[in-house]
Amino acid sequence: MKAQRVPEDEYAAFMSRAYAIELEATERYAQFAEQLETHNNREVAELFRKLAEIESRHAQRILAEMRWPSLPALPPAYAWETPEGPETAPFDSLHYLMHPWHALEIALRCETEAKKYYDGIAAGRGPREVRSAAKEMASEEAEHIRLVREWMSRVPRPPQGWDEDPDPPRMSE
Amino acid sequence: MNAPLVAPLLQAKDFKSDYKPVWCPGCGDYSVLAAITKALAALELRPENVALVSGIGCSSRIPAYTTCYGFHGVHGRALPAATGLKAARPDLTVLVASGDGDGYSIGGNHFLHACRRNVDLTYIVMDNHVYGMTKGQPSPTTEPDWSSKLAPGGTGVREFHPLVIALASGANFIARAFSGDPNGCAALIAEAVRHPGFSFIEVLSPCVTFRPEQRAWKESVHPAPVAATADPARAARRLMTDDGFNIGVLYKGDRAPFRPGANGPERAVADLEKGFQL
Repeated sequence: MKAQRVPEDEYAAFMSRAYAIELEATERYAQFAEQLETHNNREVAELFRKLAEIESRHAQRILAEMRWPSLPALPPAYAWETPEGPETAPFDSLHYLMHPWHALEIALRCETEAKKYYDGIAAGRGPREVRSAAKEMASEEAEHIRLVREWMSRVPRPPQGWDEDPDPPRMSE
Repeated sequence: MNAPLVAPLLQAKDFKSDYKPVWCPGCGDYSVLAAITKALAALELRPENVALVSGIGCSSRIPAYTTCYGFHGVHGRALPAATGLKAARPDLTVLVASGDGDGYSIGGNHFLHACRRNVDLTYIVMDNHVYGMTKGQPSPTTEPDWSSKLAPGGTGVREFHPLVIALASGANFIARAFSGDPNGCAALIAEAVRHPGFSFIEVLSPCVTFRPEQRAWKESVHPAPVAATADPARAARRLMTDDGFNIGVLYKGDRAPFRPGANGPERAVADLEKGFQL
């Protein structure tokens, strides 16, 4: 594998981070889909696949906007200041009996965190070009929040006791 | 964010195999797998130069999920297998994966002697205070009052303190990580691999199925208030007040790693075989 191109300026560095955020979110949703496929919760697995596809489109759009012929250099994944990227759902978000509504609730949290992250940069002291790009990203995330909320309104809320399993993996206390 | 823009040769995903993990959704071990692969990518290692050795249990499935060499061995015996591998192939980076049952109970004695021997290994123990694979029996790190159908009223037996044992037995690097912080965990694993000798990392990795209350660990963990020390006496004093949720490096010793042949004449494998000929 060839070494990757390193962004030359702060704007390119910011956009490469934005790309890394979208890529990490894509990978996490794809992992969630795999986990739930393994545990035979196909409806939610399919929803996570859709979310991964949406995040992947966002990542591709950044590449196209930047006219990067190859992938930008990414910061080492473990060097984020937070436990993971701002738009990445934690591994412990899942339950094997979860409903589509829960998956969307996770997506809503992630989009909200991403908006907060970009809002912070937009309000910071970085170069004008970076602040302006961050403002644009924040407004895109706000639109995603609106779309996820709309999606949630079309999905039934889980009934009480959704996590009760008549044949549980653990013995009852 | 202040991460330098560096272009790693391989990405974390290059260390993941095509086998899909079968852990319960929400399990902390997914995070540990992510942390290991991120650490290996950050260390600019290649899968063919790394071996992952494990015993038995949920956490011990990890070698199959990576593209590195792997050995899913006998219950509790990951450390002797890894020691032999490192002795025979010192050029390999050898990581050992275990859980609190496999590593501290069945393999408890090997743990003591691996610390004492100080071979250049990185031992990652995913601790969830329970035997998950066999449906929730108390393990050596289970709290004495944890009551369950299999141990009504709790075992009443004081829990094992892995960091105390590691320090007393001579481990050269001792740290605690939390699976809920995969990036922090990756950084600690990378530091442990770089440190010569036997490096031990206890990773608090919740079992969401048999210990769902461990989801709250994310509220309890906190960075260790003091930096790592090279003084075992100071490290021991710190452990006296450890609440079990201090995250970070506790101890970084400077003991030279054990290398076979360093203390005597090196012998060829053919010479050794002669002794076993009938």
